[in-house]
Amino acid sequence: MSQTPEQQAESAKEIRDAMRVVPQVAHGEPAVWLAGGALAMAVLIITGMVGLIVYQGGRAFWPDPIAKVRASDGSEHLGEIQQVGSVPADEANGGAKRVLLRSENFRWSGSHASWIVTDPNFEPTYPEWAVLVELMEEGRIIGQPTYFRVDGKVLESDPASVWAAYNEHRGQISERTREIERLTKGTLAKLTNRQADARLNARKAELEYGTDSAEHKQALADMDALLASLAKEQSDIDRKIADLEEINHRYEIGFLFQDGTEVFRPMADINRMVPANRLTLVGRLGVYLDRWREFLTEDPRHANSQGGIWPALFGTVVMTMIMSIMVVPFGVLAALYLKEYAKPGFFVSLVRIAVNNLAGVPSIVFGVFGLSFFCYIVGAQIDEWFFTASLPNPTFGKGGILWASLTLALLTLPVVIVATEEALSAVPQSMREGSYGCGATRWQTIQRVVLPRALPGIMTGMILAIARGAGEVAPLMLVGAVKMTQDLPIDLSQAPYLFPQRSFMHLGFHIYDLGFQSQDSEAARPMVFATTLLLIGIVVGLNLGAIWLRARLRRRFRAAR
Amino acid sequence: MSDTMQPPIETNAPMIEPEEVAPSPGRTKAGNLFEAIAQGAQFQTSLHEEMEELPCVVNVEDFNLWYGKSQALFNVSLSLPIGKVTALIGPSGCGKSTLLRSVNRMNDLVDGVQTKGSMTLAGESIYAAGADVIELRKRIGMVFQKPNPFPMSIFENVVYSLRIAGIRKRSILQEACEQSLQRAGLWEEVKDRLRSSALQMSGGQQQRLCIARAIAAQPEVLLLDEPCSALDPIATGRIEDLIEELQGEYSILMVTHNMQQASRVSAYTAFMYLGRLVEYGPTESIFMNPHLSETEDYVTGRFG
Ligand SMILES: Nc1ncnc2c1ncn2[C@@H]1O[C@H](COP(=O)(O)OP(=O)(O)O)[C@@H](O)[C@H]1O
Ligand SMILES: [Mg+2]
Repeated sequence: MSQTPEQQAESAKEIRDAMRVVPQVAHGEPAVWLAGGALAMAVLIITGMVGLIVYQGGRAFWPDPIAKVRASDGSEHLGEIQQVGSVPADEANGGAKRVLLRSENFRWSGSHASWIVTDPNFEPTYPEWAVLVELMEEGRIIGQPTYFRVDGKVLESDPASVWAAYNEHRGQISERTREIERLTKGTLAKLTNRQADARLNARKAELEYGTDSAEHKQALADMDALLASLAKEQSDIDRKIADLEEINHRYEIGFLFQDGTEVFRPMADINRMVPANRLTLVGRLGVYLDRWREFLTEDPRHANSQGGIWPALFGTVVMTMIMSIMVVPFGVLAALYLKEYAKPGFFVSLVRIAVNNLAGVPSIVFGVFGLSFFCYIVGAQIDEWFFTASLPNPTFGKGGILWASLTLALLTLPVVIVATEEALSAVPQSMREGSYGCGATRWQTIQRVVLPRALPGIMTGMILAIARGAGEVAPLMLVGAVKMTQDLPIDLSQAPYLFPQRSFMHLGFHIYDLGFQSQDSEAARPMVFATTLLLIGIVVGLNLGAIWLRARLRRRFRAAR
Repeated sequence: MSDTMQPPIETNAPMIEPEEVAPSPGRTKAGNLFEAIAQGAQFQTSLHEEMEELPCVVNVEDFNLWYGKSQALFNVSLSLPIGKVTALIGPSGCGKSTLLRSVNRMNDLVDGVQTKGSMTLAGESIYAAGADVIELRKRIGMVFQKPNPFPMSIFENVVYSLRIAGIRKRSILQEACEQSLQRAGLWEEVKDRLRSSALQMSGGQQQRLCIARAIAAQPEVLLLDEPCSALDPIATGRIEDLIEELQGEYSILMVTHNMQQASRVSAYTAFMYLGRLVEYGPTESIFMNPHLSETEDYVTGRFG
């Protein structure tokens, strides 16, 4: 296929000509637009979602002013204005304004908020003594504090002096409330535990020595004696509590609603009273921060829709930490074997494919697996060996924070394995050779050179696992997350202090429960947003912590260039 | 496109350039031997008589090595004189690194390597069935083409061999660190930042650190695989000075591509071609008065 010089020149010219004409597509302009557009879209959606949550969650606890709105029909309503709009022209009252007013008093009126149709040029007023009251168990009310009553006798009957009397007595009353709480939660709970222990001991003796054996009879007698003395202690405490409660119930506040209803509530039932229209900015900020404090540090009240989320916050963090502690060493070791020890081949590829596919299994499947394996097989076996006396009540043979953490560890294992394998691959071969050249064994090389060098990458895996695990909800419903519990998995007031078998509350599950499962989800809306914000905050916080750690590690390994 | 996606593969085994293998038409005599080698003919290393009764530390005899099916070393016999620097020269891909890495059995790390022939360190067989590779490598220090400090502090880098040998005593470690860094001519530069990361040093400093690391364990032999090829001329000069200083104390086998370097620092020079040891003798006679015209062509730059 030899060519004459002319032919060669001819084809060279052809190529040159072709090279000069660059088709429009080859410039890549459309591709840039396409890629950029996709990115912009993604950023928009994400910032939109996060923005909504931050805005709604951030303002959830801000005390809004309480407005008085006069409806077109002449009735007057008190509440927080949430939205102002116009009635569409083709409906009745077309052209008029309408106001979405959050008027609370759900227990009495049956609704949290309602649309009020007003005149187009309506002007809300802000009565000085309109207050928002957060009750302990009955939701929130809006009205005017008009009476202060002790032992059924009205002592004050104008808002300003009622407010003053409320503040004067509030301290003592919450002091007593705290004392009652201490007695019920601390002393009384301990008594109950001791009673349960006594019964358990009797049952143990029965299992060990046989029913009606001498030991069993002895244990039963001991139990009866102990129970009798405990019963006396308990009635003492009960009396104390009843006394305190009686004193507290003598003080009452009466509220007048806008519709004329008068309602009296014991002061002990009032969690917080906010005279929203009298507050200065500093005062508002004080209420805002105090509500956040309550939210973060207290137990939930009123079917979770009020109070705090402390058990859920604690449960989430503890579960995530147990999960990380389980998944990281396990995943790193697995990846080490795959990468450093196993001979590459069919089997290793198979394992790798299996691991990658594990990452795509729906999380609820992990939940089912966790329930059937950890709870019903492992847990039941543990119960049979160590907790025979309390059977048939399961101790470990049901959902609990340990099983939930293990299930999530399994769920996030592929993430850690894949990230670690990548990190190990990125360790230069020359570094390993240097170590072997110094006379290091394989394990010494891995331990002293490969792992430290791969640590930032392993941290990335951990970050991804945490992000995935902390936000997961579906499997938790099967393996131990519950709607409500006040028993924390770590309790320093009660031996043995760690309770890995306890079920727990979780922020993700809490969001689901508040938003979609409670009969009163409208009341819980601010809590839903605040909880979501908190959960995102925790995930971001855990991530930032890990990223910071990784950056520090990376700096150590960065070469001077 | 896909080429750029692949991670860079680290290798110190450049492919043979076809021109190097092809006989050059101009030089008939040289072309003949190289051509004969390329065709697999048997041939005898041209060994200068000065080499014959030298005391030596490493003894290679009839050594062959295969990477899978392809043979990289053919009947290499070479003895490394005690306390001297011996340079290994030859075109890329002729097996210099392979021979070097055979001495401390680094080739064990490569899958499918097979060897035949014998090699001894101070009389003990290196490839014997019961030989302890870890112990062997502790007695032989190695410095690679590209500086490869570990991701740890300068101090920890230097005392790495001691640490893995289980030495914990601070005073011993500190003493060894200072001494090795002194020997490597690095002490003055880094004595105030022994705790900082070794990866933050310059390339030349890193390579001297690797030398310090290699000598910290008091090895009997030092293997240097093109220790200056990744460095600038000034850093190269410093390393060359260092190698000159180290001779006498250590027996050094050094691969180099730089003829000036070989003639300047080494006492003996071995010329390899296509896996064979072609000529071996005192550096002076290899460069001034080689037995084979092929060697002359190579060292004068007319070939390769
Ligand atoms: N790990 C390896 N696997 C297979 N072949 C190799 C390997 N390392 C080197 N070789 C081959 O062995 C021959 C000698 O290589 P090498 O010793 O690196 O040469 P040099 O160091 O003299 O440039 C070359 O042909 C090279 O391709
Ligand atoms: Mg080489």
